[in-house]
Amino acid sequence: MIIPVTSKPRTSKANKTGTWRSGKKPHFIQKECIACRLCVMVCPEGCISGDKKRTYISDYKYCKGCGNCVAVCPVADIEMIKEEWWRETIS
Amino acid sequence: MKEIRIHARAGQGAITTALLLGTAAFIAGKYALAFPHFGAERMGAPMNAFVRLSEQVIRLRSQVYEPDYLIVLDPSLMRGFDVFEGFRPGGVAIINHHEKVQCPKPIQNIKVFTVPGNDIATEVLGRPIGNTTILGAFAAATNEFGLESLQQAILERFSGEVAKKNAEAARRGYEYIKKGF
Amino acid sequence: MRRYLEGSHAVAEIVRLCKTQVISAYPITPQTHIVEALAQMVADGELNAEFINVESEHSAASVVQGASATGVRTYTATTSQGLLYMIEVLYSIAGLRLPVVLTCANRAVSSPINIWNDHQDSVTVRDAGWLQFYAENNQEACDLHLMAYRLAEDHNIMLPVMVCMDGYILTHAYEVVDLPEQSQVDKFLPDFKPVHCLNPDEPISMGVLMGPESYTETRYAIHQTMMDALNIIPGIADDFERVFGRKVNCLIEKYRLEDATQVFVAMGSMVGTIKEMVDGLREDGQKVGLLKVIAHRPFPKKIVYEALKNAREIAVLEKAISLGQEGPLLSDVKSAFCGYGNQPKISGFVLGLGGRDITKKSILEVHSALAGSQVDVKFIDLKI
Repeated sequence: MIIPVTSKPRTSKANKTGTWRSGKKPHFIQKECIACRLCVMVCPEGCISGDKKRTYISDYKYCKGCGNCVAVCPVADIEMIKEEWWRETIS
Repeated sequence: MKEIRIHARAGQGAITTALLLGTAAFIAGKYALAFPHFGAERMGAPMNAFVRLSEQVIRLRSQVYEPDYLIVLDPSLMRGFDVFEGFRPGGVAIINHHEKVQCPKPIQNIKVFTVPGNDIATEVLGRPIGNTTILGAFAAATNEFGLESLQQAILERFSGEVAKKNAEAARRGYEYIKKGF
Repeated sequence: MRRYLEGSHAVAEIVRLCKTQVISAYPITPQTHIVEALAQMVADGELNAEFINVESEHSAASVVQGASATGVRTYTATTSQGLLYMIEVLYSIAGLRLPVVLTCANRAVSSPINIWNDHQDSVTVRDAGWLQFYAENNQEACDLHLMAYRLAEDHNIMLPVMVCMDGYILTHAYEVVDLPEQSQVDKFLPDFKPVHCLNPDEPISMGVLMGPESYTETRYAIHQTMMDALNIIPGIADDFERVFGRKVNCLIEKYRLEDATQVFVAMGSMVGTIKEMVDGLREDGQKVGLLKVIAHRPFPKKIVYEALKNAREIAVLEKAISLGQEGPLLSDVKSAFCGYGNQPKISGFVLGLGGRDITKKSILEVHSALAGSQVDVKFIDLKI
């Protein structure tokens, strides 16, 4: 009898790390953005995407709310805002 | 013997909550056993802390499956997960929650208190860490120990301004229950 | 003085009170709180010891081996992979007859990776020549550490001692512990006086080459010492009681065994849960009892036999298995009955591996299974 102690690759897409956020998320103002792509590079999840200026945004299914993008943006075009989830009714 | 289950995320101070609870009970002359149970070793992972309170030496070492008391430090944990599983009838639950949210209706004869712990903590401590507030509420709701025992426990574990402010936060949580319910 | 604190911190306090002089350890969950607390004490000047940071457990064990050889009191702590990493040094320390004290914060062994509690790590090294004790709770963990230094440094023993306490379940549990005063510890534990040590003024070599003509006698000596220890331990336990005012069980503890027909045998923290269930089953009219084994090495075979001889059904519960045979404690308990007629049913149960919680239901499952036919290995709470 063999119980495998292995796991297959490509599990990171299935792991919705967006549920790890607790209270804050990055808001991409998309006003001063110069498309330097620093936010894309520092994001530990690699979930920020964009092309031209003012098109960059997190994929909130994966964004953990770490704030690295806010810290690194040279034109302060990203800000951390409170997450709205607590307005939901908990049943 | 009373069994307590605390639901929180790693990094929110569930272990500190459990140990303060145990220390307060110890100061009040009881035996207490407090221990954590982790899931993934990362910040934000759902985890539990357990506490047992008794007049006698506590021998049972398993996790708590049928709590008499429940403390939920992060209400987002209640999404899609039944924190009330195994809850004994007549139990008391303290949920750290924003004031404007509808609280769950009491099930059977369980008392559910929602306390805006993080809001009170922001006022008193300047940071939304509601543990000590919630513990004050716990003391008021359950009478397992008095506010003085809890405040003494806080003053022992913390020091300086942090200790005094947390003791005040505990008093605010205590008063919230005593006045409102 | 009664205090409410974490098991790891309580053990660190005891090591400090024992005036340990050299500490070397490598951090590994769930031992970290012990060594972090000790490092803090040394940094704060509360403990006058050398804390030597090393890059691995193999080095940590080597450091305490070397330090102990110079005649100072030493300490290290580890678990699981760390214990296995230092394993050759453990055998060496015992072979050199050095009184090192080590805390094993019991944890499962890889692979697969698991950081939660079981006994597989410490039972793996039960042949190494270390005395091994298993604590039921943090009070016992503290008391066994005090006994550990006293026994290790006794000139009739001079063997290293391993105190095993369940990782997370005891190390990370806050409970009420009665910690002794410095004066009491000083009374119970005199300064370490080595039998032989490395000293430039009187140079010796330790750990020399000994061929087929002389090696056997060294092993014979360690084994004889282990057997002698069984007779020495009770006297020292009496001394402990005189100094600290409370009893310390070092070999076994009997719980409601007097008229018991069914007996649970176990080590470590699960004993607490079993005691609760024994009381519950007794209320239902079942004549059950519990034998707690504290000393796994040396194995108190005669005392175990005397405690169990009137039982009809014995369940040995353990958090380990010698893969390909049965649980190590089961083998030891069975051996206690070897040579005697009228053997009771002795069944072996494996549970709690990798930190799987041992609940009241687990114990009830054991109790039900005990009524069936004899079994060498039954896994409890198995999910297949």
